[in-house]
Amino acid sequence: MDRREFLKKTLTIAGMTLIGVYGDSSASPQNDKIKEQNDRIREQNDRIIQDSTKSTGNIANRRNWGKYEKVKEFPKEPYAVLVDLTKCIGCRRCEWACNEWNKNPNRPLKEFEESKDRSPSVFDRIRRTHAGEFTVVNRFYNGGTPVYVKKQCMHCAEPACLNACFVDAFKKTSHGAVLYNPSLCVGCRYCMIACPFDIPAYEYYDPITPQITKCTMCFDRITEDKIPACVEVCTADVMRFGPRSEMLKLAYEKINNNPQRYINHVYGEHEVGGTNWLYISGVPFEKLGFPKLDKTPIPNYSKNFLFTVKVLEIVAAAPLVWAAYYMISKNKEKKGGDSSG
Amino acid sequence: MGSNSWFKEKILLGMTFKDYISRHATLPFFIALLILAFSFYSMIYRLLYGLGPATNLSDTYPWGLWISFDILAGIALAAPGLTVGTVVYLFGAKDYKKFARPAILSSLLGYIFAVFALMFDLGRYYRIGYVIFWSWGLNSILFLIAWHFFLYIIICLIEWSPAFFEWLGKDKLRDFFSKLGIWATVFGVIIAGGHQAALGGLFLVAPTKIHPLWYSSMLPLFFLISALFAGISMVIIESTISHRVFKEHLKDFEPKEFDRKTIGLAKALIVILFVYLILKLFDLAHYDNWHYLKSNYGYWYLLEIVGFVLAPTLILINAVKTNNAKLVRITAFVVAFGVILNRFNVSLIAYNWYIPLTEKYYPTWMEVSLSLGVVTLIILFYRFIVRRMAILE
Repeated sequence: MDRREFLKKTLTIAGMTLIGVYGDSSASPQNDKIKEQNDRIREQNDRIIQDSTKSTGNIANRRNWGKYEKVKEFPKEPYAVLVDLTKCIGCRRCEWACNEWNKNPNRPLKEFEESKDRSPSVFDRIRRTHAGEFTVVNRFYNGGTPVYVKKQCMHCAEPACLNACFVDAFKKTSHGAVLYNPSLCVGCRYCMIACPFDIPAYEYYDPITPQITKCTMCFDRITEDKIPACVEVCTADVMRFGPRSEMLKLAYEKINNNPQRYINHVYGEHEVGGTNWLYISGVPFEKLGFPKLDKTPIPNYSKNFLFTVKVLEIVAAAPLVWAAYYMISKNKEKKGGDSSG
Repeated sequence: MGSNSWFKEKILLGMTFKDYISRHATLPFFIALLILAFSFYSMIYRLLYGLGPATNLSDTYPWGLWISFDILAGIALAAPGLTVGTVVYLFGAKDYKKFARPAILSSLLGYIFAVFALMFDLGRYYRIGYVIFWSWGLNSILFLIAWHFFLYIIICLIEWSPAFFEWLGKDKLRDFFSKLGIWATVFGVIIAGGHQAALGGLFLVAPTKIHPLWYSSMLPLFFLISALFAGISMVIIESTISHRVFKEHLKDFEPKEFDRKTIGLAKALIVILFVYLILKLFDLAHYDNWHYLKSNYGYWYLLEIVGFVLAPTLILINAVKTNNAKLVRITAFVVAFGVILNRFNVSLIAYNWYIPLTEKYYPTWMEVSLSLGVVTLIILFYRFIVRRMAILE
């Protein structure tokens, strides 16, 4: 059996297992209508899950990392994307464009666009990123009006994933992007524990070469003077791409020019030490699934600990070595005493 | 012929192969074999089909039973070497010399098999050497743990090798490692203390994900202290069991002497448990978490603290007062279970505490059987070594 065939077979089994599990957990036969709806959602989700299992052999990671190793021009200031949530119409074209560019499993654009008007739809559940799904748009309600929120890697200034990685497989580039190197990853998944935004996803269905997958900020585009695929495809002018300081300035301009429309908070300006994706919104961010985070970068928590441990270990070493010498000399004395007496 | 008789003498304990097998055809061995069969099936299934089909791990729960039980709980319970080994070899507590060798053996096996189990949890287990030889994530707490595990296994091997070379009859090597032993112990204290704390430190980076009752900047200290009392209670548990099972290996066994020492261990246990309780109380007050106590998570927290820390402490005090070694032995089981519960609470139950119970992680039978298999392997190896080498006498 060659490798491709082996993987294919594996994935088929993997997909079937997942569907089975999924079917069990979501069955809630309250009445026929709901049951029918559930079946349809399940079908839709099964398709997504089945597709995502094919993401084994993700090539975006390797492509971007290769680019990172070759890149010679570094910008003076990191880039950022500013997301204006008040403008998002939930067309999910950004999801489609992301999949398209990164060669992730994809479906026709029409299916993405119509999901906001369909019932049931993918918006019925709050989703997170998964293997082969670098970005997702979720729908929240404020009063009766829907608010759509795009979710992807925030590209922290001081990334928790990078700091958590014990083989140093992440890099923060001077462009602002946080990149992952699949040729070092051991697969411990500590980055997933550490990420405050729950972004890194794992290829659980690849038995041999699983990878972490996440948004790369389209590093392979922004280094070629293009803008990220999701930003480019957006027709509702939700996202703007540019140097971070300019994006921050733009965010506050928008807020100040229209204080009725926006709350006075740029999410990502200070959160966990600042991120390279910035959000402005008309609704408090807590209501839109954003975690409430303070200014402390996540790496600080572990750095403080590591410093303490190192100091304690060195401080403890001295008395322990002394005790060892003491014991050895005591034993020698005794032996000497035994032989003479 | 010569090597054959060596094999017969050392491995088969002087029996013929046939005798050896038939001596082991008992119910406990049958059960062990059954568990191992399921466990090996799970291991092979995991290796062939990946983590997805074998486990219930997900993007929301990247760490499951194997981390919580095999690593977090397992390493805490493998602390006998850190506690008793140190007290005996470094501080010359001769009274407890008999406890030292079994303690070190259980640490050695505990660590080796924890790493063995970890291999199945790592997505690319074949790259585990990267962290030691190839690429260093110096700011990662997991990096510190990986290195400390690596070093501590070497330290345990050095501490254990006198017994091993005694068994092989190589006296010169035995003496050499005996001399090295004290230095291994010195570094063992530093290394073991460091990574026991670091296991708690792992969760410092998830302040928003872990329930406030369990999240604390003192997590490393809590893990270290609870590893100390886990270690001591494991010494009590293991000596209790081995004194029943390996009676023939104990030549001059005095039950009264044994009871006295068990009570002595209980005293140490009480002190450490009290320190832990006081720190827990400080923690609760410092973060002003009192209001959380009146919730389901609060009741669960109280069960852990009152049921498995405070209650055993009070029982132990009573047992010491009435000189009741049997009660100490029973309570040691409760304390050890409490430590396992604590590790599960921090890493699974209080992790992602805001998501509904139905969406939380629960292990598959394969995850459970693999973990059980690892425990079985530890017991079998322990038994194998104790019956051959001078561990208990």
